[in-house]
Amino acid sequence: MSFDRALRCRECGREYPLAPIFSCEFCFGPLEVAYDYEAMRGRITRESIAAGPATLWRYADLLPCDAAYRVDIGTGFTPLQRADRLAEAVGLRTLWLKNDTVNPTWSFKDRVVSVAIARARQFGFEAIACASTGNLANSVCAHAARSGMEVYVFIPDDLEHGKVVGSAVYHPTLVMVDGTYDDVNRLCTELSQSYPWAFVNINVRPYYAEGSRTLGFEVAEQLGWRAPGACVVPMASGSLFTKIRKGFSEFAELGLIEEPATRMFGAQASGCSPITTAHQAGTLNFVPQKPDTIARSLAIGNPADGYYALKTMQETGGGAEMATDEEIVEGIKLLAETEGIFSETAGGVTVACLRKLVESGAISPEEETVAFITGAGLKTVEAVSGDVADPLRVPARTEVFSEALAERRRAAAEPAGAGAR
Amino acid sequence: MASRRVRFTFEPELVTEPVIYRVGHLYDVVTNIRMADVDERVGWVILELSGEPAEIDRAIAWAEQQGVRVDPLAGDVVEG
Repeated sequence: MSFDRALRCRECGREYPLAPIFSCEFCFGPLEVAYDYEAMRGRITRESIAAGPATLWRYADLLPCDAAYRVDIGTGFTPLQRADRLAEAVGLRTLWLKNDTVNPTWSFKDRVVSVAIARARQFGFEAIACASTGNLANSVCAHAARSGMEVYVFIPDDLEHGKVVGSAVYHPTLVMVDGTYDDVNRLCTELSQSYPWAFVNINVRPYYAEGSRTLGFEVAEQLGWRAPGACVVPMASGSLFTKIRKGFSEFAELGLIEEPATRMFGAQASGCSPITTAHQAGTLNFVPQKPDTIARSLAIGNPADGYYALKTMQETGGGAEMATDEEIVEGIKLLAETEGIFSETAGGVTVACLRKLVESGAISPEEETVAFITGAGLKTVEAVSGDVADPLRVPARTEVFSEALAERRRAAAEPAGAGAR
Repeated sequence: MASRRVRFTFEPELVTEPVIYRVGHLYDVVTNIRMADVDERVGWVILELSGEPAEIDRAIAWAEQQGVRVDPLAGDVVEG
């Protein structure tokens, strides 16, 4: 059973009944789900969780929806793998990767959408909607297909064909909006007020966002019921960043782990870095930006949870970094070459920023760190396609192959700059 | 009569300008501030604009011409 109790304003603390609303009527602050932790205590144990399925639904009692309404496509409980080769490359003793590329639609968005669609069904919505350039749309479409709900997806009209197909294959109503990102933002905000649809990250956002806590739950459980020393998390709206930390804190509140001392570090692309820029300037007030980066899954210039992400950094003694497009591509390649994980651009941002955080001393070499890899690389192949290993092109003859291989090995053994790759 | 909840973000050079006061005088809209913060780098105000939809559009367009960034209250909802 769910222990959700009310929606509470994150600014003024006013409470509201659980409904499809997202902002406080008094101060317009964002609403967040409040739980009855007293009732949870003792009923949610390590044993009760461990007895659950190997998906995020093992934490069903901690989610703000009735599990009877779930649309289960097998999301969550993704691997937490030790990354010794990447650790050595970036200068850490102990590094773990939370590999969320292996979710059903290959990104962490399956977590938030799982919760949003369950709650939407519980509210009685028959249609679900979102505005997205990629991962979120893929996940919403897949969940809608599985549930039989109507689905409306709004996309900018300049979106690459591959990203359109990734949603279109599930046969949603796809709406290409003629206009800028700001126009799509404005249109969808207005539509959420006039159409009886569950817009996953607008009117059901308080529930949607809670799905990200499962990343914190899983990491703590997979580490043997404890929180790590540091986390490096990609930031778009900033919600994922704050909710991972909330997951650790709630586990502590329930007595499942010790009080966490985890320092939270955020990663952004230089071409869209409102949160990191504000952190580096020492303020909690970010200035919205116009995104210009290859990391389009993180391209949110006006992050709804930016202020709360900055507060989380402040409270945990964490910080933030940013990576250029070149550093992002290097990060993707480094992750692939050392740990066998092909990440989309957001993972490149995380790895590049992790490296810079260790280099700058913000994260110490001794600090046990978890880096969150949130989406798979096949979604953004164009980011690295001109910058990966060249194939050996040979006819089907052994001696020609052996000759070409020897030549490749000779070239690889030459000092950098002495010959072609 | 309609209302729209928005966030105004001001660059430092605009922080001292009475932009919201002027919006309310130049256009037939009611401005109702609910939350705000200003520091030396940036200022933001969350407010509700009430009036005829076309008049609200004109008021927002004018504020944007002055250099104010105007966003929906929900922030950017187009996610990756």
